[in-house]
Order: sequence, then C-alpha cells, then structure tokens
Amino acid sequence: MKVLWTGNEAVARGAYEAGAVYASAYPGTPSTEILENLATYPEILSEWAPNEKVALEAVIGASFAGGRAMASMKHVGLNVAADPLFTFAYTGVNGGAVIISADEPGQHSAQNEQDNRNYAKAAKLPMMEASDSQECLDMVKEAFELSEEFDIPVLFRMTTRLCHGKSVVTPGERREVGIKSFSKNPAKYVMVPGNAKVRRVDLEDRLSRLKEYSESCPWNRTEYHDSKSGVIASGPSYQYAKEVWGDRVSYLKLGFTNPLPDNLIRDFCSQMETIYIVEENDPYLEERVRMMGFECRGKDLFPRMGEMTPDVIRKALYGESLPSLEYDNSTVVGRPPTLCAGCPHRGFFYQLGKKKNVMISGDIGCYTLGFAKPYNAMDSTVCMGASFSMGHGAQQVFRKTDTGTRVVSVLGDSTFFHTGINSLMTVVYNQSNTVNVILDNRITAMTGHQENPGSGKNVKGEPAPIMDIEAIVKALGIKHVRTIDPNNLEEVSQTLDEFLALEEPSVIITRWPCALKKLSQQDLEEFEGAFTQKNVIDESLCIGCKKCIRCGCPALIFNKEKRKTSIDPLQCVGCDVCTQLCPTGAIQKGEL
Amino acid sequence: MTKNILLAGVGGQGTILAGKLLTQGLLEAGYDVKMSEILGMSQRGGDVASQVRFGDKVDSPVIEKGGADIIVAFEKMEALRVLSFLKPGGRVVVNDYQMPSMPILMGDFDYPTEAIEEIRKHADTKVVPASEMAEKLGNGKVMNIVLLGTIIKSMGLQNIDWGRIVKENVKPAFVEINMKALKSGMDAVG
Repeated sequence: MKVLWTGNEAVARGAYEAGAVYASAYPGTPSTEILENLATYPEILSEWAPNEKVALEAVIGASFAGGRAMASMKHVGLNVAADPLFTFAYTGVNGGAVIISADEPGQHSAQNEQDNRNYAKAAKLPMMEASDSQECLDMVKEAFELSEEFDIPVLFRMTTRLCHGKSVVTPGERREVGIKSFSKNPAKYVMVPGNAKVRRVDLEDRLSRLKEYSESCPWNRTEYHDSKSGVIASGPSYQYAKEVWGDRVSYLKLGFTNPLPDNLIRDFCSQMETIYIVEENDPYLEERVRMMGFECRGKDLFPRMGEMTPDVIRKALYGESLPSLEYDNSTVVGRPPTLCAGCPHRGFFYQLGKKKNVMISGDIGCYTLGFAKPYNAMDSTVCMGASFSMGHGAQQVFRKTDTGTRVVSVLGDSTFFHTGINSLMTVVYNQSNTVNVILDNRITAMTGHQENPGSGKNVKGEPAPIMDIEAIVKALGIKHVRTIDPNNLEEVSQTLDEFLALEEPSVIITRWPCALKKLSQQDLEEFEGAFTQKNVIDESLCIGCKKCIRCGCPALIFNKEKRKTSIDPLQCVGCDVCTQLCPTGAIQKGEL
Repeated sequence: MTKNILLAGVGGQGTILAGKLLTQGLLEAGYDVKMSEILGMSQRGGDVASQVRFGDKVDSPVIEKGGADIIVAFEKMEALRVLSFLKPGGRVVVNDYQMPSMPILMGDFDYPTEAIEEIRKHADTKVVPASEMAEKLGNGKVMNIVLLGTIIKSMGLQNIDWGRIVKENVKPAFVEINMKALKSGMDAVG
C-alpha cells in the first residue's frame, strides 16, 4: 500500500521494520515527530530524555545491552550529544545503533545553520543522507544492518525539507531480529586510554572497510545522460538539481557520504567536462572533489547558506528564476510569530521589560519571543540552558563595575530540565545574585507540546513521575524561591523587585499552563477555571487609550475609526492580563 | 506535467488539514505527490504555506517563484505576500478575510486593504467569502474545506472520490458539514 509520509514518519517506520526495540530523543524542530512516530509502535520502547546527550547515552546503553536503538535530535542537539558521540565510534555497538541529525539549512526554526555532515568526518562515523521519504525508510533499515556488520553507530543526516516534506512511501514488514546477548568485554566497552587506543586502531580498520562499502553500495549511484556536464549531489539537493536540469546532465547521486566513494567520484568526474556540486551549507562534497584534483563549480557559484532549492540553483546558473508576476508588494506587512492569546509568558514579560538597569539573559523556547516588541524583555539568547549560566557570568562581571546592573535569567520548564539545571548549580555554587526565572507552562510548548520530566506524562501519554521544580531548586541550595501566577501583574512586579534587592541567588517559578495545552486531570484541578472564560469590552467605558494593546495580545484589535479596542472572542481565553491594564474597568469577564 | 498548488495562510487556519486531504486524494488517484510544509514557530501566529506538487513523476518537493498553477490564500494579505509564486496566467483564490498581524495590531503599520485590487491587476482572481460561508454552515473552522473545494474545481479534480477521503479523515459528527463545505467551495468558483 502506498502512503504519503514525511521523512520523519518514514525514518520511524524504517527503525520499526529493522527490528529496533529502543528509542530516545529530546524534542527539537524539525526532528520531534520521529520519536512521536516511533512511540506509536508498541515493539519500540520510546522515551523523551531530558536532553540529547542523555538520549544518546541511553541509546548507547541499549545498544551495548544488545538491542537495536535509535537516537534522534535537531542539529544543535548533536552538539549537546557530541561527547558520547565521538567515543561511541570507538566502542562500536552490540545491537545496531542509528543517530538522526536533523539539520536546518535556511534556519527555519533554529539559532544557527551548522552542517552536521562535518560531525561524521570529525567523529569518524559512517553517514547516510536520503533525498525523499522512501529513501528515509530504506536507508534507515540498511543503517541498522551496517551498524552491526561494521560494529559502528551510523549517523543519518536529514534536513528540514526531508523531515517535514511528504512523498510517496511503500512500507514493508517488521523483521524481528531479537536482542543480542551481552557479554562483559571491557576492552570494547570501557574506554580507558589503554583500551581506547586499541579501539582507535580498530576504528581505522572499520572505516577502511566502510570505504569499500561506499564504493559499491546502492546508495551511491550514477545516472548517465547524453551530456558532458555532471552534477554531484546528496540529500534533497539531488531532487532540486533534477528539477532544474532534468535529463540534460548526468548525475552522481550520493546517499552514503562518509566515507566518500573516491573511486566512484574519480570515475564520474573524469568523464565530465563541467562538474557542478549541489549541496546545502558547507562545501563538504566539493572539498573532497577538489582534493582529488578535479575542477568543479560549487560554492563559487552557489550560496554557502540557506536552502539549495530549484529557484536558488536557477538563479545561480542563469542569473534569474522562473518568470513571475511583477507587482506592488510594498504594502505587505510582516507576520512575525507572537505569543498566543492567553500565553502565560505575556504577563511576566510585560512586567519584566519595565525593570530598569537589568540585563535579561534569555533562552530557547516560545518565550524567546519576549525579546520582541512590545516587551523588549530579552537581551541575549544563545543555546539551550544557557540563560542561567550566561546570566551568572554577566552578573559576576557587572559586580566588578559600579553600574549596579542586575541580571534576570529566564528559561522554560523543559529547558530547565534540559541543561538549565546544571547552570543553576554554578549560580548556587559560586553565589552570584542573579534572579533566575523558570517559566513553567507545564509542557514543552514550542516544538508542539511534548511531555517532559515535569509534566506528569511520558511520550505515550501514560502517567509518569513528576519532577518538582521547586523542590529541586531548594535541594540545590537556593534559599529564596517563590512560585507565582504570571497572569497576576502585581505579583510578578513585586516579586521581581523583592528578589532584585537580594544579595543572594533566587528563583522565581511562574506556573500557569500553555494556552494551547490539552489540560490533564491534574491541570484541571490545579488551575481551576483556566481558559473557560473570555474577556469582553464594554465599549461605553473604553476611552481608546490603547494601554491594553501594549500587552501585545493578538486577540486585542484597535479600531482606529471608532477609537475603541475590541477582543476577538475566537482567540481570547480570559487570562485577564489586559483587564489589569485598563484604567477605566472597560474589560470584564464573560463566559466562553 | 507536474502541477503546483500553493496554500497560504496564517498558523492555525487549517492549511495543513486541507493540504493533507488534497494530497490523499491525489495519491489515490494514482499521481506521484510531494508536499512541503514548514512547521515550528509558525504555529504562533506566523505566516504558513503548504506546497503541493503532483504529476507522473515529481522531483523537488518545493514550488518555485513563478511556479504555482494556483494559489489559494486563506487570508488576503497572505495572498499578496506569496503572489510572486504564481505562474503567469495562473489563478488566485482568496478568502475574503483579513487577519491583522502583530505589527498592525500594535499600530506600527496599516493593513493593506487594497490587496485584492492589486492581485486582480495581475491574475485571474476569485474572491470567495469562505470564512463567512463556513460560519453560515454552522462552523467557521470548515473554512479550510470550503477552500479545498475551490482547489478541486479550479484544478479539475472532481473525479476523485472526495466524499470518502473526507469521511476517512474527519470525525463522523463533522462529515456532513465538511461535505457541504466542500460542495459550496466547488460551486463558488463556478
């Protein structure tokens, strides 16, 4: 039966068909749905881990224990998991292991655009790159076989278009491969230098055998057409190139891209007069081709950043894209993402942005939108969990000045569990007086509502132990801790003022669920009445002062002619933030 | 010959479901189909687009500027935003509905109320009050299915058994209203 699947669905199916028994991941666009799909197969024990390093380490353990296992993460997640990654190449596997890296050419939802093909080279791992969903399924299946045959984990590199793009797939059946027996083998599994040096030598041997595989495997293939121009491409870039050139050029399509098939490349290039290398981000293939002595057109012609979509290729080649309409689009206004109506971050950022002489150290999540107008309440964002530690470092330096600048560090519940918890340790241990805020909206919201160690459920929606953030923070040694309602503007402002006056580190936990969350029974009990009402405006009382508008809620619409605000009843969930800003009491409560 | 359909709208408007039903129908009709969406931050009120390509053999999953046979915009300003994707001579279907974005709500910019007039100057334009039609049917959310109906008619895809595809993808209680929405969309573009 044919189905139309995203690459993420197909990857999960590939792991299922290959007999995988364990999977672990941390959510991250565009990789999130891989684990969500794996979790639909009862044969695969699937788990959200608190971060990517933990996910990969759990997968390494599962592999050593003899089960086929998969870790999936976004590109920057692999940075977090890089420590175990490099040594996993040395130990190799027992049960086959596949690691998915979902890269983001074009940075649709990420803080950078790193090309994780470089990890394969640096960590000395075999790498595969699919160009459509069917290949995702087929290659992942093969990756598990290769992993066991060559005793090495396989890095499977995807990109946003592949993860979220759909194409036709014919699924197959699962092959039960069982769980291999574990036998103690410190020479392989205990990486003290004496053992690791031996495995290091062995790794080179495994790589040279993988190079032979690369030369003859079905994933690296040529397509000769009547042309002396040749295109070398991997991943979705191959599909883009086909779209532009069709049968007017010959192709070397690479799906197994570390180690690269030098003989195949040499053979192809020596038959071509002009060689184009079409690849997203870094000149990974190009450098190899040039090193082998072939002139080619690559990053001299095509951009080093963004996606290599057909229009980009066309423009680079011919100077123009397809004919399109000339029209006046000067009136089109941007539509940046915004905090949703009822978002519990709104009230908090509205107040935080008003505090003077404060540096706000931010983090990765929906709440990063706090940097934007009208809040202007975030001064830095670098990576997951960094807000507390960056804020700590900043505060230590501010203390050496006479500016009196104070730091408020802000992250979300899932980010706290990810790596923020470690960052809070340095705050406590080294005693900076930062105000550390955990925006606990009871879910991992930005990636589409994944459960986390604090939410009370696992990936399958089954009950799970709840990590109590307040108890954790106190156990770490924070003496000043308060949990507040972020929709209560006065409580937010007062608590910030009070904690900013302290000479010791403090933690504020704002606790209110994401407005889009499907509330659990526990949520319904704790947040009684949440999202069951809406706010309405009594137009006779509205004086058109626009104070409510300044909280940046998308449900508030100001009518310029009438000089009155109205509230979109479809969006409003009655959070009351605007109510507290209205000087005339024009905003009231109504039933939803 | 590969055909290209671009669905443009705002996160939460239902472009993804409309795209899903459309591609399912095309797949069952025997076409090769590819679809591309960008998810993530867009669900927080940002602009979204679903790109659907079908034919005997489809390579790229993305539609190029100047490549769309039809643009179906769920919101007026979004139609103007993506108009450069239209193939000269192609059709634009616009939901007669406006959603101001945050910079407009904040009073920094004005909503481009002349959007449809600008589009009309350049393309075969059908303005359909899909949101209003959906409200009249009893549920504003089926606006996306009204617009799916306009695609089906505009692209000559009436032979596909859309009734069955709707039945397989929506809850039984909503089948009837979705079928009505689909038909009203097809009728709206004549």
